[in-house]
Amino acid sequence: MSFERVQEKLNILADAAKYDVSCSSSGSNRTNTNKGLGNASASGICHTYTEDGRCVSLLKILLTNHCIFDCAYCVTRKSNDIKRAAFKVQEVVDLTINFYRRNYIEGLFLSSGIFKSADYTMERLVAVAKKLRLEENFNGYIHLKSIPGASDELMREAGLYADRLSVNIEIPTEKGLKLLAPDKNRADFIKPMIKVKNEIIQYKKEKKLIKSTPKYAPGGQSTQMIVGASGENDMQIMYTSNYFYKNFNLKRVYYSGYVPISYDTRLPQIGTPVPMLRENRLYQTDWLLRFYGFNIEEILNEKHQHLDLDIDPKLGWALRNLHEYPIDVNKADKHMLARIPGLGMKSVYKILKARRYRELNWDHLKAIGVSLNRAQYFLICASNKFESRDLTAEKIKGLILQNSTSKYTSMLSNQLNLFG
Amino acid sequence: METTLVYDASFDGFLTAVFTAFEMKLKTVKIVPKQRFQQPLFGDSETVYTNQEKANRVWAGLKKKLSTDEARRFYYAFLSEKTSVEDTLYNAIVYVFAATTNVGSNYTNKYILEIAKLTKNVGREKHRMEAFVRFKLTKDGIYFANIEPDFNVLPLIKRHFEKRYADQKWLIYDLKRKYGIYYDLEKVAIITLELGADFDPTKTSAAIFAEVELEFQQLWNNYFKSTNIASRKNMKLHIQHVPKRYWKYLSEKSVV
Repeated sequence: MSFERVQEKLNILADAAKYDVSCSSSGSNRTNTNKGLGNASASGICHTYTEDGRCVSLLKILLTNHCIFDCAYCVTRKSNDIKRAAFKVQEVVDLTINFYRRNYIEGLFLSSGIFKSADYTMERLVAVAKKLRLEENFNGYIHLKSIPGASDELMREAGLYADRLSVNIEIPTEKGLKLLAPDKNRADFIKPMIKVKNEIIQYKKEKKLIKSTPKYAPGGQSTQMIVGASGENDMQIMYTSNYFYKNFNLKRVYYSGYVPISYDTRLPQIGTPVPMLRENRLYQTDWLLRFYGFNIEEILNEKHQHLDLDIDPKLGWALRNLHEYPIDVNKADKHMLARIPGLGMKSVYKILKARRYRELNWDHLKAIGVSLNRAQYFLICASNKFESRDLTAEKIKGLILQNSTSKYTSMLSNQLNLFG
Repeated sequence: METTLVYDASFDGFLTAVFTAFEMKLKTVKIVPKQRFQQPLFGDSETVYTNQEKANRVWAGLKKKLSTDEARRFYYAFLSEKTSVEDTLYNAIVYVFAATTNVGSNYTNKYILEIAKLTKNVGREKHRMEAFVRFKLTKDGIYFANIEPDFNVLPLIKRHFEKRYADQKWLIYDLKRKYGIYYDLEKVAIITLELGADFDPTKTSAAIFAEVELEFQQLWNNYFKSTNIASRKNMKLHIQHVPKRYWKYLSEKSVV
């Protein structure tokens, strides 16, 4: 392995892969067999964090940034004038093993630009995973990208070696896709997803009958959407996301605020700030759907096509539905408790446990860790002190914002800054 | 009158001390590890000699009274090495043994709550060490790492590394507590090292480490830089996740 050459390739191909947000190494519990190398920890481990605060858990690289497609939003698009490079299969294997042995990483996340054809590319990705598993006896985490348009046979093989497979749909709407990536179509993205979904179901079923059935993509599937590149609204993004969760049993949908990388007039110009706050609100909504029992229609609908930027989506829902409140924390069931703004699921479970021993009052709630600044207007507890004024939604929002600080405050302020 | 029991700083030693306190029916007890012991002005002191059998009896008693997880917390809290954590543990043990039902999760008891908090701190440090250990390959083919964790977590991370790196020799050394764990492809043993005065744990000296070692560190540092998105810079979050006190042994954070 020539050190200089590999170093140059690593710089180019890690830089090109960084816009993929997913870095999770959790959800798989592959054990170390036959005194081999590595295992996958079910909770995942973040070995370090970059200066942008994102976790580094996997060696995230492209096999190559040569690409036959010309998607406007992508750094590796054909028409972009950048340095191109390609790893050899053995180089990726060596890097992964040596990084892993030094406890730098949990495993490999391998993606790629599409060269020659979808199948040709997918075959190379599978070859890396296969080599790691069979020749190096590597049991760490492997995340492979499913290349849109890859054949069913390759996808089946990929799942046998990888812990997670993902296809990035990138653009939430078909219209946006037509505009920004005219030579791609939605069906190509969906085809490998369906195959993997069906295989996962199939293997799980067989596993129940025959213990020795091999694992098939135990970490499931995920996808990613770019936010703020093609002018879509929050409702379109979240409905697409919901559709994918429901129909393809996805483990995760990631939202990636668009980082401007091109002077293409169809896209936000270089220098436009990354929509991080919006990205944050989308993730909050995603959590409300997956863990808090909310329905997508409750949060986003024809009347409310955008999420509020100044308040979180749960508070937003609460303010639109004041008739549901106040909720009695000593009586309400789990689903209603989860709807109190300022209460996370951890607090909800603590409350459910604690109230078996005694009725809870404000002090108990505070000790448990409830954010009372938001919660106080929406609940009653074992105390005769509670919000008795008949406040309007506007008024409550004002009171809450007055008493809270956010790192995004400067972004929200629409007052003129005299000296800035 | 208060009696001070001095033990050898091991967990079994502490449990033996608890046994002794019960056996002697002592009313007020202080349990102190020998390195923290100072002859008290008033009151007696007594040295406790670790006795495996006595320790096992106390531990078995705790396990009978508590769930597995609750008993484990006593061990975790002990490893925090906080000043007078022994007294917190002793008081909690008295409370647990006196109760007729399982009170291991009754957080209204201040000792139980304190133990839960310490467990959380120690658990976090354990997880950090599983992430922040950086092995360097020596000339003898051993993957070596030095750490200085806030708490004594080597006994807790042993299993993780044993399971994961089953096909390579490795050694994790705690510079603060001056002992390490060494895996020789068969089993993990506790060892102590004579590190020469000229050994600099933040450097990768060519005399000790393999030739390729620096190359891989450089590749890793390069990767770390390339994978960062500059326009999303957020140093506050970065430092929250990787506190500065850990930087000196993380090759990607220390300037080579």
